[in-house]
Formats: sequence, structure tokens, C-alpha cells
Amino acid sequence: MISAGIDIGSLTAKCVLLEDSRILAYSVQKVRPKLEETAEEVFQETLKIAGLKREEVFRVFSTGYGRSRVRFAEKAVTEITCHAVGAHFLIPTVRTVIDIGGQDSKVIAVENGRVLNFAMNDKCSAGTGRFLEVMAAALNLKVEKLGEIALKASKKITISSTCTVFAESEVISYISAGERVEEIVAGICDAIASRIAALASRVGVREDVVLTGGVAKNLGVKKALEEKLGVKIKVPEEPQIVGALGAAVLAMRG
Amino acid sequence: MRKLKISEKMRNLMAGYYMLGHSAEFRAWVTSGAPVEILYAMDVYPVYPENHGALIGAAKLGSHYSDFAERMGFSRDLCSYARCDIGCVFAGTSPIGGLPKPSFLFACNNICNTVVKWYEVLSRIFKVPLFVLDMPFIRKELKEYHLLYVEEQLYDFIRFVEKLTGNPLDDSKLRNVAMRSVEAVKLYGDCLKMARYKPSPMTCFDAFINMAPIVCLRGTEYAVNFYREMKEELEERVKNGVSAIDNERIRLLWDNIPIWYRLRWLSEFFESKNACLVADTYTNAWTGFGTIKSTDVISSLAEVYTVSYLNIGIDRMVEIIKGLIEFYEVDGVVMHSNRSCKPYSFGQYEIQKKLNVPSVIIEADMVDERAFSEAQIATRLEAFLENL
Repeated sequence: MISAGIDIGSLTAKCVLLEDSRILAYSVQKVRPKLEETAEEVFQETLKIAGLKREEVFRVFSTGYGRSRVRFAEKAVTEITCHAVGAHFLIPTVRTVIDIGGQDSKVIAVENGRVLNFAMNDKCSAGTGRFLEVMAAALNLKVEKLGEIALKASKKITISSTCTVFAESEVISYISAGERVEEIVAGICDAIASRIAALASRVGVREDVVLTGGVAKNLGVKKALEEKLGVKIKVPEEPQIVGALGAAVLAMRG
Repeated sequence: MRKLKISEKMRNLMAGYYMLGHSAEFRAWVTSGAPVEILYAMDVYPVYPENHGALIGAAKLGSHYSDFAERMGFSRDLCSYARCDIGCVFAGTSPIGGLPKPSFLFACNNICNTVVKWYEVLSRIFKVPLFVLDMPFIRKELKEYHLLYVEEQLYDFIRFVEKLTGNPLDDSKLRNVAMRSVEAVKLYGDCLKMARYKPSPMTCFDAFINMAPIVCLRGTEYAVNFYREMKEELEERVKNGVSAIDNERIRLLWDNIPIWYRLRWLSEFFESKNACLVADTYTNAWTGFGTIKSTDVISSLAEVYTVSYLNIGIDRMVEIIKGLIEFYEVDGVVMHSNRSCKPYSFGQYEIQKKLNVPSVIIEADMVDERAFSEAQIATRLEAFLENL
């Protein structure tokens, strides 16, 4: 039996095809303003990779901010439930999921794949992927490169502001003061990690801690978070598709 | 959601209430937790800026009127009831054409301390006297000296009103008003308690929509008759097995002031998930005003208004919430972290830890719709319901 999970996030759309407990294929795309079309495209693309026809997929579930716009999905499930299920599928010992997405971040307490409790960021972009994007733009760097640049730093500059807009002007003033780029970037990773650590303390951190979402690919943020929380963090091979995977797992269960 | 017939009557009643205010000889602008019984007994017409604020919120005009105050330098972090009230004064109008000008102001800080500064502003604008009834915060036990302190002030207040109006207080009139107040509060409490039936004949949205009379008309026959009729309608529903929503599967408790501009969105959202918000801590707060004694009106007024819901410590609040959870047999609590109301929202994360059922916190504002992020709130609520 084959199921599909589609996760329409704020920046990227993800699709995972699952056959029983094996991932057949997945793909990640940029989200365009027409969410219905984005959902259709990411689904078609993934089917193509797997060499499957649409009719061969037994059931589709959707998740993410655009979950209700995936017309062909049988059910929409929130990303909180899906990330918990997806992380548990990949790492069965997971007790805490930290998901840092494009426009929100959440910490989820998990037990046997079930959500016990969760906390999300408030109406503020600090502590989300958007924060990193804005900072990367201010430094004229690609957002994907921030992680490796941060790891080169021998010390980090403190970004004192908790607000994306104010932190951006802080970064600009550090650039003009001639500070080293890698130290600024390490400071940026540290700032986002502080926000997440505060969120995590509300839910409680228990190992294993799994980091998901696009920002999990940033090693600088992972390292800063490990320092703040005092635990080792596990990152799945493809952290961005965990939500879509969770939706596919739930679709498999029906 | 099946609408209650009584809501239509409520609209007419409140329209009449606001109209009458214009013809009254003496008017006081008064805070929601003040002992209004004294005003009614002394023929002073009470005008409620907070109720007016709720009305503006429900009309989705919160940011519009707030702008008038913000342009004068009032911060957006200030309570949106205060901003809208002051904003309407500067605008010279409101959805009901503005409130009638006050003869004096009466602020009781048993609900928050914003009201003190807010009413000082009003006092400067209207150039009318202000009486602040200062309530000691009851962190743990209520002591005799707390009550003496409040009682003294109530006598001061009576002298203050007597001097302004020239009318002395008639004790028997005060007693009658107080007993009508007790009767209304009792009937009102009976209405809310109807939600213990499964499925519930009402939702907290019905309670919100129909709370204006207990706030503004407590102490008059209008409130007594209104809640008697509301109670009959609810009893009729229970008798005929009529529920507020179809397929009530989840029962929930709401905490904090409603999000006035999203009542419909929220009620439809929960109904679509077969969840019924059967009760709330907010409207329940008025049921605490029912123990005024006819033999000792002033000192019992002092007691009743001192231990109001927002003037007590967190442990006592937790006890009250736990009582509601048990009485209404709810499966969870939805907490509105209200950007405007600091005393109500402060402590919610602590309270949450002490409850014996799951809870979720959503961040918004009671009147300022700019503080509401639909996608974020929908995700939190859905995730909460998925995992109940």
C-alpha cells in the first residue's frame, strides 16, 4: 500500500511517498502564491521520481500552513502532530522534537509518537528561518552557507536584540565596524538558539532531541542549540521532509 | 451554533440602556468591577466604557478608534478598552454615537490598575471629579483590616456622591437595589450552570453575548427579568434535548476576556471540530457578586468586591478554575493570552501547569484585531484538539 504526505509550508512544499514503512521518494519545492498548484506540482514531481501513477497512491494527507488548500488530500493534519509522528518514524527514541520552519518554530514533547505538549513561537519572526534569511541578505550570503561559515568562527559576537528588524541593523553596524563575518554569523546562530531554548524550557527537554525543519540543516544553529540545552541533538538525514513524512505515515494508518 | 432567542431581547435592552443614559441627570463612568449598587441607589446612571469597548470590538472597529488615541501619543501596549474609550472621546463619536458625558468618574482597581490612570486621563479631559476606590490585592487570606479599609472608602464615596448630587443616600433604597442585584446574579449564575448538561444547551459565546445586562444593569429589575427569561429558554432547551451545537464530543473551558471581533470565527471553528466551549472564567466572575447581605449592605459590598476574580492570588484562581473544570466536566482549557489585559494574562503559564486537564494558550487581544494571527491560532487550536 502506498500513501502520500504533502506539507505546504510558508517557504517550501514537500511531498513524501511511503510504501508500508519504506520511503519511496520525496521532493522539496519553493512555494508559489497559488498553493493549490504548488501542491499538485510537488505531488506530480514526487510521483515522477518514484515512477508511480497517481492511482497507485491509496491515500493522501496534507499538513503545514497550506494544509487546507490541498484539495486532493483526504484529511488535513497540523504540522505539530505530523512532525511528532514523522520524527518518531525515523528515530523511535525521540522524546522532544524541535522544528524550526520558515515562519514558525515549535517544540513538541513526544511519547511513542504521540504529542504530549507543545509550544510555538509568538507573533514574531525571531527564532524562525525568516530570521536567518534576513540576516543572510544583510551579509550578502546564501542562507544555506550560514551554518558552515559559523563553524569557522573562533568566537562569536553577541547579537543582543531579540527582534529580527533590530538585529538586522545590529548586524549592519557590526559589518561597518569591520567585525569578522564568521563571528557575526556565529552570533546570529546563537541568537536564534536562545529563542528556541526559551521555548523549549516551557515544554521541558528530554532526550532524544530531534531537530527538524529546513533550519536543521544549519550546523551553526544545531551546535548553538546543543550548547544552550546541554544535550546532543539528532538531525534526520533530510530534516525538511519530516512533516510530510508524518502526514504520509498517518495516511497509511488511515 | 443555535442562537438563543433571548439575544434579540438583549440587543433591545442594551439599546434602551444606552439611550436612557443621555437623559439621566447624573451620570458616572464606572469600571466593570465597581459596586454599582450604590450608584443605582443614589439615582446616578452608570456608564460602562469597558462594555462600550467590547461593543466596538464586536463591531470590528477596535483599531479604527484606537488610532485616535494612538495619534495623541497613547501606546499600542495600553489596554485596548482604554485606547478605544479615549479614542472615541477624541473622535467625538463611536458605533453608538459616543457615550454620554460623565458628571463624575468612579474607578475601582479590583480588576486592574490601568483603570486608575485611564480614569485620571478622562478626568482631565472632561474636567470632572474622579473617585478611586482602592482595593487591596488579596494574595492569600482576606483579613478584617482589608475590609475596614474598603468599607471606609465606601462611606467616603457615598459622601462624595451626596455632595455632587445633593441627594442623601436612602438606606432602604440601597437595600432594595442590593437585593435586586443579588437576585439577578443568582439567576445569571443559574443560566451559566445550565451548561453542565450534556450536551450543553449553551456555549460560552452565548454567555459573552448576553453578559452586558449583568455588568451594566445589575441592581435593576431589567437584569432580573432578562436572566429569568434566559434561564427559562435554557431550561426549555434541556427539556427538549436541544443542544447548542450538533455532535458535542469535546467540552472545553475558555479563560480570559473574549476575542470580541472573532466570536463568530471561533464559535464556527470549534463547532466544526465537534467541540463545545461550555463555560468560561470571565462571565463566571460576575457570579461572585451574589453574597451581598440585606442586613449589612455596605460591609458585605466591601467583601464581595474585594475578592473579585482578578484581585486574588494565583492559587485561589487555580482553585476556581479547577472547580469549573470539575463542575462542567470539561476535557481541556483554551487560554487567551490577552495582550490588553495584563492581570488576567499574567500567570497563565503558571496556572496551566497546575491544572489537571490539558490546556492551550493562544495569543491575541480582546478588541485590537491587529493582534490576531489567524493561521497561527488555527494551527495551535487544531493541534490541541487533535491530541486531546
